Amino acid sequence: MTSETFRLPDVGEGLTEADVLTWHVAVGDTVTVNQTIVEVETAKAAVELPCPFGGTVRELLAAEGDTVAVGAPLITVATGAEPETELAPEPEPERSEPEQGSGSVLVGYGTSAAATRRRRRRPAAPEPARPAVGTNGPNGTGPRATPPVRKMAKDAGVDLAEVSHDGERISREDVRRHLEQATTPSDPGETRERIAGVRKATAAAVTTSAFTAPHVTEFLTVDVTATVERVALLRGHPAFAWVRVTPLLLVARALLSAIRHHPEVHARWDEANQEIVRLRTVNLGIAAATDRGLIVPNVPDAGSLTLPGLARALEELTTTARAGRTTPERMRGGTVTITNVGVFGVDAATPILNPGESAILCVGAIRRRPWEYRGEVALREVTTLSLSFDHRLVDGELGSRVLARVGAVLADPAGELLLD
Amino acid sequence: METTTTYVLLGTDGRLTDDPAARDVTPELCRDLYRDMVLARRVDSEAYHLQRQGELGLWLQSLGQEAAQVGSIRAIRDSDPVFPSYRDHAAALCRGIGPEALLAQWRGVRQSGWDPAEHRFGVYTLVLGAQLLHAVGYAMGVQRDGSDDVVLAYFGDGSSSEGEANEAFNWAATVHAPVVFFCQNNQWAISTPTGRQFGAPLHRRAAGFGLATELVDGNDVLGVHAATRRAVEAVRRGGGPALIEATTYRMAGHSTSDDPTRYRTAAELDHWRARDPVDRLRALLDDRGWADGAFLADLDAEADALGAETRRACRALPDPDPTAMFDHVLPGGSPTVDRQRDAYAAYLASFEDAVEEAR
Repeated sequence: MTSETFRLPDVGEGLTEADVLTWHVAVGDTVTVNQTIVEVETAKAAVELPCPFGGTVRELLAAEGDTVAVGAPLITVATGAEPETELAPEPEPERSEPEQGSGSVLVGYGTSAAATRRRRRRPAAPEPARPAVGTNGPNGTGPRATPPVRKMAKDAGVDLAEVSHDGERISREDVRRHLEQATTPSDPGETRERIAGVRKATAAAVTTSAFTAPHVTEFLTVDVTATVERVALLRGHPAFAWVRVTPLLLVARALLSAIRHHPEVHARWDEANQEIVRLRTVNLGIAAATDRGLIVPNVPDAGSLTLPGLARALEELTTTARAGRTTPERMRGGTVTITNVGVFGVDAATPILNPGESAILCVGAIRRRPWEYRGEVALREVTTLSLSFDHRLVDGELGSRVLARVGAVLADPAGELLLD
Repeated sequence: METTTTYVLLGTDGRLTDDPAARDVTPELCRDLYRDMVLARRVDSEAYHLQRQGELGLWLQSLGQEAAQVGSIRAIRDSDPVFPSYRDHAAALCRGIGPEALLAQWRGVRQSGWDPAEHRFGVYTLVLGAQLLHAVGYAMGVQRDGSDDVVLAYFGDGSSSEGEANEAFNWAATVHAPVVFFCQNNQWAISTPTGRQFGAPLHRRAAGFGLATELVDGNDVLGVHAATRRAVEAVRRGGGPALIEATTYRMAGHSTSDDPTRYRTAAELDHWRARDPVDRLRALLDDRGWADGAFLADLDAEADALGAETRRACRALPDPDPTAMFDHVLPGGSPTVDRQRDAYAAYLASFEDAVEEAR
């Protein structure tokens, strides 16, 4: 009875190693030619390997989780009266050099297999501290990991720089262990979830902003009945036939008007260069609640758009955001932001600036309230606006003028926008 | 947008349509085409497994495209010259190119496994679309020889975006070259779907160049056979070049280095699995009683033997003398190539000496 060894092949044009994911056979099992015996993960993909021989599995030479070098032995199979011999009519054996391994195997087998094979140490219990955290790869490009592992970490919201590992590279197992540690409940009365994804990004952004830019928030309650009526008129206008018109459109237009009248408010504080950067192009951010959390995509160069163009841009932006399809570049480069807490039925908020921006306008719910109108009390559409601004850039007077201008436009959009 | 009807002779339900060409469908033809497809699928599957066992450097599966290849190559004369791409294994097997010749290139032991003149089947061309220009050039030679050969050129949906393809279409139409361009539109150019590959379907673009075009169900081997025969015979009668777009599907990855699960869904695979070309013809054979138990048992045994032969032949392929790569650079060689061969041989010899010394 002879024995054959199957060595890890290079299944993907120039790979050097693979991780053993799952064995589909055990010692003593009967295997046939081309039967899937093991699944391995290379830097490119998870790949099922078929057995080149038929016979009985004698030994598995790598454990699940092991990283195996290309050319290293994976499995030995005792080949007695194996199916291959029965199938092949030719008496010429394809295995003329028994016990030497697959001498004719092709690609990437130049080096000694045993010398390059590594068996990774696996601790029995999670360790409190592990040797390497955030080890940089070559040229300081971050920790090393194969693309599938990077993908797994990204999907799980794990920053690879925080994953401890003792091998040369971060493995799937390292990421899994990291996740387990991060989510182990310490008290049965609570559950823990990993800070990840949009939540993590939002947290970092508001923290940076709140503790970098000194915020001032001002409030203005204003009669926007004319805006509500104008929105109803626009909905019937042919120019808006295929687009949704909401009060937010006129709020956006009002903020653009205020920036046009008070361009000093539209700026960025460049701490590194000790400069105030005046901005010409308004990239108008809209804070959007999505299933993934808060995101702030923006309408590039919103000031150049006609009102129907702005309406279309806003609709496209919100539709895309709700569908979870906002691309990262649409979330970069914003210069000023509107947040609409009114959609949640609340009256006002003290918004935190989108990092790097000088102002953020918040719109509360529009409610019918008793309000002074032409010397009498009437039921009017009223809302509260609030404006937070970076006090390093914007003084109280300038901020007040901007908020007042927004209020004035919303109180009489048709009249005030003629002044632009 | 104007739509074109897809030509179908054998429907997805395994029944013949009422197309006039159905009268030409014989039990023998169906059995022959079925055998070709089953054997081709077996060789393809064995080659895939051999790659996963480290015996081949790379393999590009033809799985799912058997009908497009077998139906078309069986519709032309054995003497008609064919210019393949690199996934046309079923067509190559029909031209008598055996597993050993088919696998040699992918094992990296020869630049090509077969003699194009002997099989009237060009070497595999991995430069996308280049073979289409070769085919047109060859067809111009056919014109000048006064022969009635018709050249068949295979390519894919991705290649149809290449400049070479469009130049070939234009030039073939301009010079009235006796060539049939056969596109296996398998829906994916590696990970690029046809929807992101072109704005108008190929057969319509080709018509704009002046080619006679037809859109055919590429998983209907009888339809492909009938459509190709019509096109080839029209070209042979002097009708000018033609193009067939066969709608099929690449069931496997682009190559053994590709992981298609990253860009396409299981539902899409299920959709196409239900349109499998081999199963479809088998349904007709069963329905009509055209394939008895003996035929099917013999075919199984033949496929098993061919599978074993594929494994044996692959492993038995000899490693070439490394200097052999210089032999076919120029016909008759050249002093420059000779010098390079000698220098390389000296380098290899020095390397072996070094190994000896280390021991």
